Amino acid sequence: MSTLNARHLPVALVGIALPSVLLALLLGTIAWQTGFLELPRFATTLVVASPLTTTIAPRLFAYRMAGDHQLEAGTIIDAPVAEVGHPQPLEIMTYQVTVGEYDRCVVDEACAPPQGRQVDAAYPVTGVSFDDATDYAGWLSAATDADWRLPSVEEWVFAAAERAVDPALGVLEESDNPADRWLATYALETSLGRSSDALQRTGSGGMNSLGVADLAGAVWEWTSTCNSRTTFDAVGRVVWNVQSCGVRLLEGRHRTPMSSFIRDARTGGCSTGQPPDALGFRLVREPSIAERVFAWGKGLAGSR
Amino acid sequence: MEKPDTVEVSRRTLIGAAAFAGLLGAVVAAVPAVAEETGVTTGPVPDLDHLPRIKVDLVDPPFVHAHEQVATTGPSVVEFEITIEEKPMVIDEYGTVVHAMTFNGTVPGPLMVVHEGDYVELTLINPDTNMLQHNIDFHAATGALGGGGLTLINPGEQVKLRWKATRPGVFVYHCAPGGPMIPWHVVSGMNGAIMVLPRDGIKNGAGKLLNYDKIFYIGEQDFYIPRDEDGNFKSYESSGDAYGDMLEVMKTLTPTHEVFNGAVGALTGEKALKANVGETVLFVHSQANRDTRPHLIGGHGDYVWNTGKFRNAPQVDLETWHIPGGCAGAMIYTFLQPGIYAYVNHNLIEAVELGATAHVVVEGEWNDDLMTQVEPPTPIG
Repeated sequence: MSTLNARHLPVALVGIALPSVLLALLLGTIAWQTGFLELPRFATTLVVASPLTTTIAPRLFAYRMAGDHQLEAGTIIDAPVAEVGHPQPLEIMTYQVTVGEYDRCVVDEACAPPQGRQVDAAYPVTGVSFDDATDYAGWLSAATDADWRLPSVEEWVFAAAERAVDPALGVLEESDNPADRWLATYALETSLGRSSDALQRTGSGGMNSLGVADLAGAVWEWTSTCNSRTTFDAVGRVVWNVQSCGVRLLEGRHRTPMSSFIRDARTGGCSTGQPPDALGFRLVREPSIAERVFAWGKGLAGSR
Repeated sequence: MEKPDTVEVSRRTLIGAAAFAGLLGAVVAAVPAVAEETGVTTGPVPDLDHLPRIKVDLVDPPFVHAHEQVATTGPSVVEFEITIEEKPMVIDEYGTVVHAMTFNGTVPGPLMVVHEGDYVELTLINPDTNMLQHNIDFHAATGALGGGGLTLINPGEQVKLRWKATRPGVFVYHCAPGGPMIPWHVVSGMNGAIMVLPRDGIKNGAGKLLNYDKIFYIGEQDFYIPRDEDGNFKSYESSGDAYGDMLEVMKTLTPTHEVFNGAVGALTGEKALKANVGETVLFVHSQANRDTRPHLIGGHGDYVWNTGKFRNAPQVDLETWHIPGGCAGAMIYTFLQPGIYAYVNHNLIEAVELGATAHVVVEGEWNDDLMTQVEPPTPIG
């Protein structure tokens, strides 16, 4: 018969406690390494202030869907216009990320230096790729303990309001002359002109009606939206949709696909057409879980 | 005693004189015979007062002044006037400035057109707003370093040169003031071309006349712009200030810019060349300093004189052809499809990264027989 008496207790405790502690340590380490449990990160020795943001209230709006669209027979068409309600408020940076702001990430060695001459710290950073913008978003998130990311095309158009440019060509679908779209694209891009109105100091581009600055100027802004090709059948159903996330969409004067690693687009991706000038970006802040709960609760209270 | 003024005319003298005359006659008779083999006619200087005079108003490239393709009159004296202008020019979309040296204010200088047998009479003006001596060397001309030896002028001077266009073709002209100044002026933009048409027009190898609806002149220019420690292009107060640094870049033989019509993108967008399906276009292309290899993306060279001389039968159906540096070439193409074409130097790094690209916007009906997309892009399988 085995009995547990007081003399055994310390040994038993140790016998349980030690493996428990070790197990906890092991699980904790695994959780940390896999990112399941985030320890506080002191990502920077600099004090990083949260950038100025504009909160866009929910509203119904129309935007032309992103990516290439074609009919099953192969006729390329303008993307359909989607009427969407953006149900959540969107918090977006009022200004594009500046040279000064981006440079802190570079100093922290979390971002690659931008390509090309930068005018000064108070100008939007240019010569940055989609990959650079994503690196910056990760660094800024850690540095400000928030969740920053690139906007999608839909979010950018939502925030840009009257400054968004409809990328439709308006070429008749019935045309079976493939040159019509090429010529129309060339004419459209030519009419947009190159920015010989050079890069301007942050803020010089003015605010749109929602309080977002410097939209559709000399800087083309990265979005998170992948390039894609959607094929419709004769009654408008999607037959297939192929995503190509090595290429992301830029927004600005004109919506343009660009390889994610390109920093300087002046020579473009193709032999014809007018490439965008300067590549930069602004970020969106996702509300935290606490903020979401609070907003939901407030919404509930407000609806009484 | 002999009279000093008289020549003793003896039979021996007469026979000697006759023999000499016969010999001379044979020599004189032989000269045109030799000349006929090379196609170059020589002889006593013609009296030019009876020749008609044509005064030409030159236009800026890529366009060309009005001219007959087949000459309807006999040889003329064709009068041109070119004013040399030293001026800063922006050559890329970053605003990089070169202190250019130009014929008539453009890089390249204007295309001049005459017919074989015409006389080119050029008044070359070097205003005193310029700082440097200049001259002109016509590759089409004969003698005096192409005319360079007879046209060297200081600021404030002008000169008039006449030369006979004896060889049909497209030819480079450029400034060549002497020594190290020669390459420096040429890579500062001081070059252009002249087209000497056969009097009865351009022919293919079988003697068929080739008419063109449009003509474009594309002058390709290599620039050598120094960079600072950060890799940005430097700017200078004057061409003289830039000379030392530019010479170091020139000696690498690697240009920083390779452009059409004087700047990156100069023949794109609003300035793109235009044509229609069914139109026959003559492309004249010169590179006064450096080899190039033109290619029309989406098209071909129906008839190509890659070294530009019309007495040679053209090559046909070419994709890409080689124009040596210091040469002009000519190509004729009839457009068959609408769309956007890129006319490039087919070193594609030079075409895309250094600027050697022009666009041609062509309207018209699509020819499905020549090309069609049988199946559009779809997921595999």
